[in-house]
Amino acid sequence: MDLNVLWFILVTVLFIGFFFLEGFDYGVGILLPVIGKTDTERRMIINTIGPFWDGNEVWMLTAGGALFAAFPNWYATLFSGFYLALFLILAALIVRGVAFEFRSKDENPTWRKCWDRMIFAGSLIPALLWGVAMTNLIRGVPIDDKMEYVGTFWDLLSPYTLVGGLAGLLVFALHGAIFLSLKIEGELAERSRKTALGLFIIAVPVFILLIVLSYSQTDIFTKLGAGLIFCGAAVALLLAYWFLRSGKSGLAFVFNGLTIVFSTLAIFWGLFPRVMVSSLNPAWSLTIYNASSSSYTLKIMTIAALILVPVVLLYQGWTYWVFRQRVNAKHLEY
Amino acid sequence: MSELLLARWQFGVTTVYHFLFVPLTLGLSILVAIMETIYVKTGNETYKKMAQFWGKLFLINFAMGVVTGIVQEFQFGMNWSGYSRFVGDIFGAPLAVEALAAFFIESTFIGLWIFGWDKLSKVQHAAAIWLVAFATNLSAFWILVANSFMQQPVGYVLKNGRAEMTDFFALLTNPHVLYQFPHTVLSGFATAAFFVMGISAYHLLRKNYLDFFRRSFRLGLIMGVISILLVTTVGHFQGQHLVNSQPMKMAAAEAHWESADPAPLALVAFIDEKAQANSFEIKIPKLLSFLSYNTFSGEVKGIKEIQAEYEAKYGPGNYIPPVTPVFWSFRIMVGAGVLMILLALYGLYLTRKGQLEEKAWFLKAMLWAIPLPYIANTSGWLVAEIGRQPWIVQGLQKVEEAISPSVSAGAVLTTLVGFTVLYGALAVADVYLLTKYAKQGPEETITPKSVGTSKEVSLWT
Repeated sequence: MDLNVLWFILVTVLFIGFFFLEGFDYGVGILLPVIGKTDTERRMIINTIGPFWDGNEVWMLTAGGALFAAFPNWYATLFSGFYLALFLILAALIVRGVAFEFRSKDENPTWRKCWDRMIFAGSLIPALLWGVAMTNLIRGVPIDDKMEYVGTFWDLLSPYTLVGGLAGLLVFALHGAIFLSLKIEGELAERSRKTALGLFIIAVPVFILLIVLSYSQTDIFTKLGAGLIFCGAAVALLLAYWFLRSGKSGLAFVFNGLTIVFSTLAIFWGLFPRVMVSSLNPAWSLTIYNASSSSYTLKIMTIAALILVPVVLLYQGWTYWVFRQRVNAKHLEY
Repeated sequence: MSELLLARWQFGVTTVYHFLFVPLTLGLSILVAIMETIYVKTGNETYKKMAQFWGKLFLINFAMGVVTGIVQEFQFGMNWSGYSRFVGDIFGAPLAVEALAAFFIESTFIGLWIFGWDKLSKVQHAAAIWLVAFATNLSAFWILVANSFMQQPVGYVLKNGRAEMTDFFALLTNPHVLYQFPHTVLSGFATAAFFVMGISAYHLLRKNYLDFFRRSFRLGLIMGVISILLVTTVGHFQGQHLVNSQPMKMAAAEAHWESADPAPLALVAFIDEKAQANSFEIKIPKLLSFLSYNTFSGEVKGIKEIQAEYEAKYGPGNYIPPVTPVFWSFRIMVGAGVLMILLALYGLYLTRKGQLEEKAWFLKAMLWAIPLPYIANTSGWLVAEIGRQPWIVQGLQKVEEAISPSVSAGAVLTTLVGFTVLYGALAVADVYLLTKYAKQGPEETITPKSVGTSKEVSLWT
């Protein structure tokens, strides 16, 4: 296996980690106004992700850094091509991050309401747009022979990619709802579970539509493995629903998480060895070879990643252990 | 306006704004860690209160630093894809390692620190803030390794139409980063020191929580005196290094048009960039030679001669950065630094004499001195980055070749306006909260406030 392949795998892992982890804190943010009726409830809800969201977000930054270091042309084409979409994501993440820190630092209800809306919008926009971005990667965008994106912002919004965005949004919202049902005390946990059950009713058909559209709009199903695993994502979603209905929230969380893992995996598998598909000419697609850094840089980065990633996993895992108890209304740091 | 100009403005606005928050984070994280360590060692509750009070201000500032940092990582690809393709092989590596080795630690352990007061042991909890402080400063190292490559490219070869890394170790030991890192980090320490001293002075003036703020002031003072003296020393040697590595930048910083031996130092100058001369200046003979070489002789090359050399080396073109902003930024940085030295040393004198609280004017001055390090930090970066023009990577790539060809001027304008408005609004909220908590004093922060009345507040009305 050459280093280009290894880095493609590592980037995939980083995106899976990012979507899995930040998926539930996006979801919690999206559901904040739905589930939290009073100020105390909203503080409890935010506190379920309080110790984690910042660390989760670094998965995205690391994925971005890894693209820059290992596949600079991918980073350059993607970030300049999806320019306004990324600006929206950045703006959302800025207000969201600040909102977590600022919202409880003043008791004025208007102040809190304002930041709560920021948390909602700041979670909803990226949840939606990451789905749009991922489906655009596999569907193909206008890229010319110089690796430059030659479309506009509107070219990114097709019915297929919007379904991709909606599916992402729903699955993340579900991830958040199930996470809340596990991490919060009392009546709120039950309310979260009910919200999740309701969300499944919309999420399942949308997700199946996504798979059908992926079959017709992309070449992902020409690879048996990628196609199967995408269908596996749908099966996992159904199982998550079934487990949640039978009161097994823990397993529901795992299986809904698998939906995220499998979908991301299917898209990257479908892409391989391409990293961005050109809709103008297949020969102009970016691949793990024409988009990559030199072998020396890949080697250096490999050493760094092999040493550092396990350490990161250890202490992040430990954090989840430290904060394993359910959140109650007695200690609310945010 | 052209896409190039807009993209430069965007980089300038987002970077300067980001760097308003970073220096305080660098230094205050360490001060809070020291306070909590003293608490763990002595059991003195005052120091716990100190860690919590200053920790709250730290967190308000930290949040802004983190979120604006995300923009920094993304905008190289968004606005500067030509640059990203050309040096991604080298520039991306330190950014990725920064995320893996530093940012992960910082973000994970800050969560543990905020939420872990009664979940971790005292020692574990203090260790969490030390890890945050360590990682924050480590983060600065990796970012400056990346930036230093732009100032002084090392460890690379031009191949396949781009710069490719040949020696990672050379990148880490880039002479430029060996000056830039201590200079930047120590400025951060000085920023935190003046922040803590200024707010403490405010309360000492009002006789609030005297013991608490005396101790805080003293910690700030120790850090302030040490860091401001060191930052100046490092800055001096850094300047000497730049005379060799980026002579044009230093010549511009001195508005030094004609080569001279020995060279005088212009304290003040009216600069006529078109005529390439100063219409008026106040000069000190031989001082520029002395600052450059530590002796009162030696030729310092002028802008015109360096321009001629660059034309011979890189072909025709204008290699002169905007001289006026570089010249004045440099003087503002040095001026603010000198004021900080005087204030810190006088504060030390007063404290040793036990007269600090008798000198109300000095305490007031310290409150008003809080912006000084911010002014120095900002103007320092303006010298470093404007002085590098027209290069984005010194001698390798010009800024005009670095922009994203696929992004229209309208798109850049949209995001420039978007970021500016957003940053402006957040600045108001941030200053509001910092002022509110700084004024409030420590008592309110020790007992975690009870949740209060849970009124029904709809999000949508």
